[in-house]
Amino acid sequence: MEINKYLLQRISNSIITHIFLMAVTVSCLFPLFWMVRCALMTNATVFTDKSFVPHVLHFKNFITAWTEGGFSVYFFNSVIYTVSVVVGIVLISSLAAYAFSRLDFPGKNFFFYMFVAALMIPFPGSFVPLVVLMNKIGWTNMRYGYILCMINVGLSMSILLLKTFFDKMSPDLEDAARIDGCGRLGIWWHVALPLARPAIAVIVIFNSLNVWNEYILANLLLNDKSLMPLQRGLMVFQGAHSVDYPLLMAGLTIAAVPIILIYLAMQKHIIKGLSSGTTVG
Amino acid sequence: MPAIRKNSFAARLVDNSKNYLFIIPAVTLFSIFYVYPFYEIFNLSLHQWNGISPHRTFVGFANFQELFSDKIWWQSMWHAGFITIIALTLQNALAFMLALACDRQIRLKKFYRVVFFIPPVLSEIVVGLIWQWILYAGMQSGEHIGLLNYLLVKTGWPQLVHNWLSDPKTALACIAVVHCWKGFGWGFIMLLAGLQTIDGQLYEAAKVDGAGSWNQFRHITIPMMVPVLLVVMILTVLGSMQVFILILSMVGQGLGYHTEVPVTRILDAMIGTNRFGYACAMSVTFGAILIGISAFFKILSNRMKQA
Amino acid sequence: MRKLLGIFLCLLMVVSAGCAPKQQDANTITIWHWMTDRHKAFEALAQKYEAQTGVKVKIELYAPSDAYTQKVIASAQAHVLPDIYGILDKKEVFASFIESGFVADLTDEFKKNDSEWENSLFAKALDVNRFSDGNIYKIKPGIYGVPLDVTNIQMLYNKKMLEKAGIKTPPKTFEEFLSDTQALKRIGLAGLVSGWGEQWMINCFASNYAFNIMGEQKVMATYKGEVPYTDPDWIKVFNIFATLAKEGALAEGVVTKPNKFAEQDFALERAAFAFNGSWCVNVYNDMNPDLAYGVMLPPAVSTAFPMKIWGGAGSSFVVNKDSSRKDKAIAFLKWLTADEQQQYLAQQTKNLPSNKKALSSIPQILSDFAAVMDQTTHPSIWEYNEDPWVAEKFAKGIQSIIIGEKTPEEVAKEVQTAKQQELEKAKSKTN
Repeated sequence: MEINKYLLQRISNSIITHIFLMAVTVSCLFPLFWMVRCALMTNATVFTDKSFVPHVLHFKNFITAWTEGGFSVYFFNSVIYTVSVVVGIVLISSLAAYAFSRLDFPGKNFFFYMFVAALMIPFPGSFVPLVVLMNKIGWTNMRYGYILCMINVGLSMSILLLKTFFDKMSPDLEDAARIDGCGRLGIWWHVALPLARPAIAVIVIFNSLNVWNEYILANLLLNDKSLMPLQRGLMVFQGAHSVDYPLLMAGLTIAAVPIILIYLAMQKHIIKGLSSGTTVG
Repeated sequence: MPAIRKNSFAARLVDNSKNYLFIIPAVTLFSIFYVYPFYEIFNLSLHQWNGISPHRTFVGFANFQELFSDKIWWQSMWHAGFITIIALTLQNALAFMLALACDRQIRLKKFYRVVFFIPPVLSEIVVGLIWQWILYAGMQSGEHIGLLNYLLVKTGWPQLVHNWLSDPKTALACIAVVHCWKGFGWGFIMLLAGLQTIDGQLYEAAKVDGAGSWNQFRHITIPMMVPVLLVVMILTVLGSMQVFILILSMVGQGLGYHTEVPVTRILDAMIGTNRFGYACAMSVTFGAILIGISAFFKILSNRMKQA
Repeated sequence: MRKLLGIFLCLLMVVSAGCAPKQQDANTITIWHWMTDRHKAFEALAQKYEAQTGVKVKIELYAPSDAYTQKVIASAQAHVLPDIYGILDKKEVFASFIESGFVADLTDEFKKNDSEWENSLFAKALDVNRFSDGNIYKIKPGIYGVPLDVTNIQMLYNKKMLEKAGIKTPPKTFEEFLSDTQALKRIGLAGLVSGWGEQWMINCFASNYAFNIMGEQKVMATYKGEVPYTDPDWIKVFNIFATLAKEGALAEGVVTKPNKFAEQDFALERAAFAFNGSWCVNVYNDMNPDLAYGVMLPPAVSTAFPMKIWGGAGSSFVVNKDSSRKDKAIAFLKWLTADEQQQYLAQQTKNLPSNKKALSSIPQILSDFAAVMDQTTHPSIWEYNEDPWVAEKFAKGIQSIIIGEKTPEEVAKEVQTAKQQELEKAKSKTN
């Protein structure tokens, strides 16, 4: 009897959990489905065809969106920007976060809170001085100018998150590494970074999404079409007045794919942190 | 090493300066991209300037004076606060529950982990369009066009049919709910990452001691998660206080002053009414308030750690 | 680690590859614009121009218009504006650009050869770029921009829906309009839809009726601060919105609709009337090619003064005063507004051309729009403009009236209080 009751409770618990999870899942999947559905229609049917799956599927929209939007160039640019910015952020922010968490130097707290405070100033205020500055040092319309600027944008949040994870790292491993003859840099690379893998995965996802969808700064700092990121391509379908919804949705779908792939690749590492069996915590 | 360590101040300074090398890249970028713009924002907040003209009139703290008596500004601050409170409770509770569920051994958890991250990936354009349609108030050929009103009628709640986005009582709440839906994925993965770092042995030990799942949650999960929860909360506050694209895509320039938030006020002062000085004063004040809130969270978490 | 660093270094090389400072080419002029829908046509014209004259025209598009405005403002501060660009803003801002030396005075060019260039274009279109004698911005009188096309904002009606409600002719007066919306309502159809989630569209509609009720002089006197918003005539203007809301003549949720959503509603026959600009011809055609609709003036509420609608230059280009290729830039703009190119633009982009001779090549519905060009006015040609902060209060107040939150009298009082504050501030500035 006892066992049956226990089993029953467990089953009902898991059913409730699944119903709850499923409800959230539907709300998340529906817009994705809607976006792809719109991408397969024409401008004339997109608002009038009420059927769940449209009768005629225009897969050609994806090709049209790619060529009309000039995606070849923009896509390449966005990949360059995203990879460089994310690699830059991971290296620079983990160095800094490690120092803030593990090393000692005067003014440590000052610098840390300086980075955290930078998160708080709303962006719109700073665009005019930023453009003036970038022109003075000649970094406008340059790939590296934009990349460095974007690295800086993502630094504060990444430092904050990584420091939290480094703080939880047990000092034993560090001591072990030190005895093995590792320097500070060695400990950072061989001990701290692997241990913080879940956090780094989060940072990679967060910043990839940020850079991939970024448009305001690119628009301000870059002039040439040949340097613009993917979001510029999407603008082609949104006129000041008229919007080509199917092509826009096709473009948005194409734009969403790489981010989803990055997430799929990274979320494994969020989980793996546990299975590697280290004693963090 | 020991020889140096004996050597007092100067040697420690040398050693410390090596530590500085770790933060030099970050600090360099910071000083290039933030110091001058932040100085300019503060400087401009003391001026009257239309954003274009070469003439800037120094007005001292007049912009701040005006701002402190600007009712609409404080109202917009309250609106952002309202969205933030909803996000802190509803969004983070949802995120935490989902993270806990996916941390356990349940079926389909890999699938859920992917699906919950879809809303943050979606473009604001899609989110705006979808929710406009869900909350649409009008009718065509006798049926509601908006999904929510349509479902309310079909499920026998016609008295609840409502003009969701054009009623001051519901507009902001609708925006807050959509914001939570769009953002919970972030809290979810960060909390999940945090849960992964908790040593499984702790739970084993607790089980041996006879602790139930509630006690395990209270005495192991919560204390271990405090630092990550703090980061998630700070980021939720920042994300929610600075929300604006979502509002623009849902209600345009807003329903009267009922859907104004600080960032829309700043943008409006800057591009709409060309008062850059005033906009910068808003930015400075807003930044100071956000720093205050974050400091409050920091102190709160320190207390929690001690307790 | 090596692999990662390797990737990073490779990327750095790719990144720095495009970094050599570009030579300023004396034979290339650069244009910045925001008109997504015209970009292809511009590029085609630029190629043609290069073939004809050997001058290369580089056309860069920055959209949406908010992002474009930010870019122009920031670039002006950094002194990196291109040879030709557009200012998408109030006359006051335009004046500030001129005052700061970012815009070339084109008056002499327009007046050359007995004003040949000036006469080829619609006067209404040029007015937007003109600063008259004694203008309040204290700008040297002259013409500072080149109009590419003209627009105006009117009301549209859905022919099929009116027919269904038994309405034979579109309403001429406000009473007729109200009774028509009642008839529509009886068979479950919504009345007027417009993008009143955008402040300027509310202000535009209100200003049409203000001109109709009290005439231009009194409106200007209000802006100057001589007539209060609590004046009975202004209460009448506010009351228009109260009546529309009370009689259920407005589509649900009109106060939070961005214009794009309002356009969708009219195109999908969810509302019988719309208040929208001539660009809508394009939009409706894209969304519902079978839509049968006509153009009408907003139905007049009073006979005291004529109904005036907003119209004039849709989009204009200005020339950078500091550009070393100013002559080439002006020559290109002259070519762009010549008959042939204007015809091409009108056909390709379905906008009303600014060149008079190009009018012949446009579709019927656009000619209907163009027919009332004489009745247009625009804030940028008025002697005075309302302070943008007061204008915001005005528009938001009207939203409150529509959702039944405030009465016209309350809103009038609030707007007047704001106006007073603004006047006092202006006075203390001059003292």
